[in-house]
Amino acid sequence: MRVPRTILLAALLTLALRAQTIVIRNATILTISNGEVKGSVVVRDGKIAEVGEKVSTPEGAQIIDAGGGFVMPGIIDCHTHIAVDGRINENSVSISSMANVADAINPEDIDIYRALAGGVTTANVLHGSANAVGGQTVVVKLRWGRTAREMILEGAVPGIKLALGENPKRPGNPAGDANGQTVNARYPATRMGIEDTIRGAFLEARAYKAEWDAYLSQVAKGEHPTPPRTDLKLEPLKEVLEGKRLVHVHCYRADEILMLLRIADEYGFRIRTLQHALEGYKVAKEIAASGAGVSTFSDWWSYKVEAFDAIPYNAAILQKKGVLVSLNSDDAELMRHLNTEAAKVVKYGGLSETEALAMITLNPAKQLGIDQRVGSIETGKDADLVIYDKHPLSNYAKVQKVLIDGRVYFDRDVESSKQPVRAAEKQKLLEKEKKPN
Amino acid sequence: MRFTCLLAILAASLWSGDADTFLLRNVDVYPAVGPDVKGGSILIVNGRIADIGTKVTAAKGVRVVDGKGLRAYPGMLDSGTHLGLSEISDVRATVDTAELGVFMPQLRALVAVNPESEHFPVVRANGITSVVTFPSSNGAGRPGGERQIITGQAALIHADGWTWEEMAVSRSAALHLIFPALPYNQTGFAEAKRTYDRQLQQIDEFFEEARRYKTAKAVGGPGFKRDLRLDAMLPALDGQLPVAITATRESAILDAIRFADKQRIRMVLLQPRELGKAAAELKSRNIPVILGRTLELPLNEDDPYDSSFTLPGEAFRAGLKLAFGTFDNEFVRDLPYNAATAVAYGLPYQEALKAVTINPAEIWGVSTQIGSLEKGKWADLMLTTGDPLETQTEVKALFIKGKEVDLGNRQTRLYEKYLNRP
Repeated sequence: MRVPRTILLAALLTLALRAQTIVIRNATILTISNGEVKGSVVVRDGKIAEVGEKVSTPEGAQIIDAGGGFVMPGIIDCHTHIAVDGRINENSVSISSMANVADAINPEDIDIYRALAGGVTTANVLHGSANAVGGQTVVVKLRWGRTAREMILEGAVPGIKLALGENPKRPGNPAGDANGQTVNARYPATRMGIEDTIRGAFLEARAYKAEWDAYLSQVAKGEHPTPPRTDLKLEPLKEVLEGKRLVHVHCYRADEILMLLRIADEYGFRIRTLQHALEGYKVAKEIAASGAGVSTFSDWWSYKVEAFDAIPYNAAILQKKGVLVSLNSDDAELMRHLNTEAAKVVKYGGLSETEALAMITLNPAKQLGIDQRVGSIETGKDADLVIYDKHPLSNYAKVQKVLIDGRVYFDRDVESSKQPVRAAEKQKLLEKEKKPN
Repeated sequence: MRFTCLLAILAASLWSGDADTFLLRNVDVYPAVGPDVKGGSILIVNGRIADIGTKVTAAKGVRVVDGKGLRAYPGMLDSGTHLGLSEISDVRATVDTAELGVFMPQLRALVAVNPESEHFPVVRANGITSVVTFPSSNGAGRPGGERQIITGQAALIHADGWTWEEMAVSRSAALHLIFPALPYNQTGFAEAKRTYDRQLQQIDEFFEEARRYKTAKAVGGPGFKRDLRLDAMLPALDGQLPVAITATRESAILDAIRFADKQRIRMVLLQPRELGKAAAELKSRNIPVILGRTLELPLNEDDPYDSSFTLPGEAFRAGLKLAFGTFDNEFVRDLPYNAATAVAYGLPYQEALKAVTINPAEIWGVSTQIGSLEKGKWADLMLTTGDPLETQTEVKALFIKGKEVDLGNRQTRLYEKYLNRP
């Protein structure tokens, strides 16, 4: 585990970035965990210090007038591929658990800024879904302008992606490459083969864990055995068996969801989230019993066979049957308006406005195990806040400002004033390019 | 049951006469054209709007429907879809949008519309009563297949009907031309430019060929042979049928306008992503614009983050006539939210509403039939709980040609089935 060094760096970074005290006033504060407050939020040292109708305004504090708008916790997207440098799939093998998205974070991806401008402050960045056992995942804060390492949310438990259904079947049923050339098929090609691949991987991981457990118990007895050889493919799966790594599963159909829940039972690990799970509503009872969460789309459907029974009521049914549900984007564009995606679970299935907003804030925070830090507006939590001019469930709402760790990372006023300057600068560069040397 | 017909509940005891003749009263009417009428009535006779106002009376025995607490809006029109032509976009056997051949004006979208498509009930449930359905080269990409330029004829259809003939509002609403695009962000600009110029020349040549055919046909004579492909060009050549041209970038739009000038065709611009200097050129020729999704990423990496959101407002300020299209079946039901986002970023509300109702009806030449709540038009209307551009608003009832349409669909059926799973 390389956590200690990350924490040290993050601590230094926090000191360096320690923002001044900020008071956001004249707002309706949607706390998510504790109702609405018409009043102010005080931010100190990057954390929420006070929320209330009347708050103490420390001397020298920066005042942000929300103009009667709304303040909401920063949006948390439980499924994205933005900020990944290059392609997101290690296609070559069906078990690619050695690949780690954290090694490929590109902090200059413009989609980070665009998502930030849509109110997203934290995101779960995943490997693609080409392989039954995909790569390791990482949780980032959209600290635009910082380095890749500084974006990683310090202390968040890492994850791994598994994938079921049509996507991981594709390498087993190749259609030829872009030039029409034949491509060799690789196992698996069916949902049966996917089950076999995943079971096989965890069987190996269990044996690997047993080797290490035996070694460590010998060491504990003061013996000096030869350590087992480290296996970078099995290491993350061993962590899953030890409960030290969260499992996020790309899935669509009810049958494959049930299949994976039973593999988890067999090997004694927990599924943290079923991602997409568009047919999750068909096995809501089984999902609820397993304790897995679901992170789904609001209304996507029909783009492939396994999405043809997708219904916009999925989130509502699952929630009503006791499953912890979040709404994710899996898409750089959709990521910019998750707030209005949340409005769709009010429309389809009749959830309350707070339940809807929780699906893009507190619920994904819980699913990622970071709810002690983010996801609601509470004293002591990170000051990751979004200011809207209108209620965030309205299609007419615009993001005005976004704060992460108490620092303003997006400001629509600043952005608007910079746009003509940037346009002029670009024009100048273009003209310079046109001039003959 | 949550999805039973409103009329069935409200009017069961009052039932008499034809299904498409009734008086809707006590409803706030937002006609899209002219002033709103609060607490008004709409008389519908044989599927058409016979009267609207606060003092409307109906003949004795006409069914009365009370719309208390609801609003009446014209049904919405999506100006860019593949509805009826594509079921599951990933499964080629279910997709009929993309034919082979570069210039294929004779292909008619209408004849391939599957009235039983599961998409129609889904989009109706959110207040969409008609759509323009386009052939498209999207998803062509077969080995050996060439990029299409003229894909065929788009049809304007009602989102309900037993057959495609009954669904047709305009059998041929436009000829669809995908203007060539210079591939940006690629190496080998000189080669790309040569291809582009050659394609422009090919388009001109095809139109000239069609003109020669027209002359030959007019002259007649023993040597004349009818050609379906060139025949299909004739309505476009004399401006009778609009040519809907897909062009994305400012430079391509400017080239498309020059082409339309030269060929003296009636152009409708589809899916522009940037306007720039083209806005004034479009305005001076009164070329209408069908905008693609507002909810779209910026075209270029260095564009302002909100450039897609502000484009409709920019087009409006340039004086252009606007309508919206979603250009993907999956997102047709979200048409109104694209209009709403445009409002947040500068398009006046009333214009946004018009851009999904009366404007497209005018652009596609069917405004005497649909597009607003006005006397003489088909009663294509929805009853809502509020502003239809807001997500949380519910559509409580929908009428197409005065007949109430079931709001249930595959998704509501699955919902009810599995919500009640023991």
